[in-house]
Amino acid sequence: MAKVTIDGLEMEVPDGTSILNAARMVGGDIVPPAMCYYSKLKGSGGKCRTCLVKVSQGSAKDPRPMPKLVPSCSTTVQDGMVVENITSLDVLEARKGVVEFLLINHPLDCPVCDQAGECDLQNLGYKHGLAKTRYEEERRTFEKADIGDNIKLHMNRCILCYRCTYVADQLTDCRSHGVINRGDHAEISTYISKAIDNDFSGNMIDVCPVGALTDKTFRFSSRVWFTKPMDAHRDCKKCSGKVVLWEKGNEVLRVTGRKDKYGELEEFICNECRFEKKNTSDWVIEGPRHIDKHSVISQNHYELLNNIKVDIVKYQKQVAERVNKG
Amino acid sequence: MQSLTNRSKVVERKEMTLAERLYLPAIVNGMVITIKHLFKKKTTISYPEVQREFSDIYRGHHVLKRDDDGAERCTACGLCAVSCPAEAITMVAAERKPGEEKLYREEKYASTYEINMLRCIFCGLCEEACPKEAIFLTDRIVPSNFERGGFVFGKDKLVEKVDLRIDVSKRQTKSVLEFKTHKQYSHNKLINK
Repeated sequence: MAKVTIDGLEMEVPDGTSILNAARMVGGDIVPPAMCYYSKLKGSGGKCRTCLVKVSQGSAKDPRPMPKLVPSCSTTVQDGMVVENITSLDVLEARKGVVEFLLINHPLDCPVCDQAGECDLQNLGYKHGLAKTRYEEERRTFEKADIGDNIKLHMNRCILCYRCTYVADQLTDCRSHGVINRGDHAEISTYISKAIDNDFSGNMIDVCPVGALTDKTFRFSSRVWFTKPMDAHRDCKKCSGKVVLWEKGNEVLRVTGRKDKYGELEEFICNECRFEKKNTSDWVIEGPRHIDKHSVISQNHYELLNNIKVDIVKYQKQVAERVNKG
Repeated sequence: MQSLTNRSKVVERKEMTLAERLYLPAIVNGMVITIKHLFKKKTTISYPEVQREFSDIYRGHHVLKRDDDGAERCTACGLCAVSCPAEAITMVAAERKPGEEKLYREEKYASTYEINMLRCIFCGLCEEACPKEAIFLTDRIVPSNFERGGFVFGKDKLVEKVDLRIDVSKRQTKSVLEFKTHKQYSHNKLINK
């Protein structure tokens, strides 16, 4: 066990835990944002640099501060480590810079993008970024690529977090999806434009923090905040079958996995559940999904009202009794 | 009982004087007031022959603007609908097909766009929310109608005609116009092409 202090909060965590995961054990504001790290995908993290933190004391044995800001997702804790996240101005300033870098080649086509409203980059930009862009040069663009019937790839929006390639590597049997070229020219692609037809390939849509990979069956059918997210499940042989249905009226527009508060999927779901079961009758609906009140999706989304069942007969009896008593 | 204010007056029932009992002076007094008004300037006008001057910031009938090439600017992002306090706006998005580049500016467009003018409170929040400078409130009056359905304005009534552009220059403040000239916003133009 190692004793760490993050933003003045002391905690004891198992050896080998990363700073990010230690912060997540406590939760709240001290958790650094993460765009590329995904706890369910082995090897992810260390790419986007949004989770930079300052280590003002390396360990109990060697109390010197670390010379530079470190990515909290891939730095393990040491006994006696003191970490500053939101209490350090350096970190906040650096994060602002990182957001600016991520947005340099991002097309800012949020009005068109299907991810708008549930986009990690949008949230990150609102929370840590500048209101204006200082970038004046032409943005990097890619040729449009077709990667199959169910998934739409917008390479221009990609921030190269590599999460989708880890999904392709770890969830699917054969690797058919990766990053080609280097540096500024790096792009996500399926080798030789091979269509992805693995049963779990759809999860790269949920895993993508931006709108680079989106659901083709949902494409432009509604903005996310006009749909109602409902928890639902069905018996599925391939996956757990626990999903979120995004409904409009009685129509199921989209099926996604359930995401926790850090935007990570609780369980990966199969393509059959995601793309083919678009009828309410296919599902057992459990109730409205909990949506963070600060999210635009929480507009007109009521979680409590649906659960209140008023027993009118009982209520009338009570009133009658009260009236009779005078 | 103690009164709450000291404004109440005790009514006196005096006997009327002779002049009061005749009523004639009171009638004459009243007529003088009436006739005086005949020669005063009228406060009403006979619309629509005569129309009042509009304020520069009058908010009336909406318009969905086209860009300089005649393509619709609206991309059905839904921000007007989500900002609308009266929930008067609904829309359905569609994907632009190859060959329609001259009709719609971006790859997504609104295939239907409806504003319920009975719900609309003309607050201008849709205009403020619009990231594409597509919707504006103009100095036109929403025409009356005999049926409720007639107040649901679709794209036929909202989108400006290519040959009959609607001037919204008064709605664009100095800061907006300056914003458009910044080189750092040129990425908006890049996408359009």
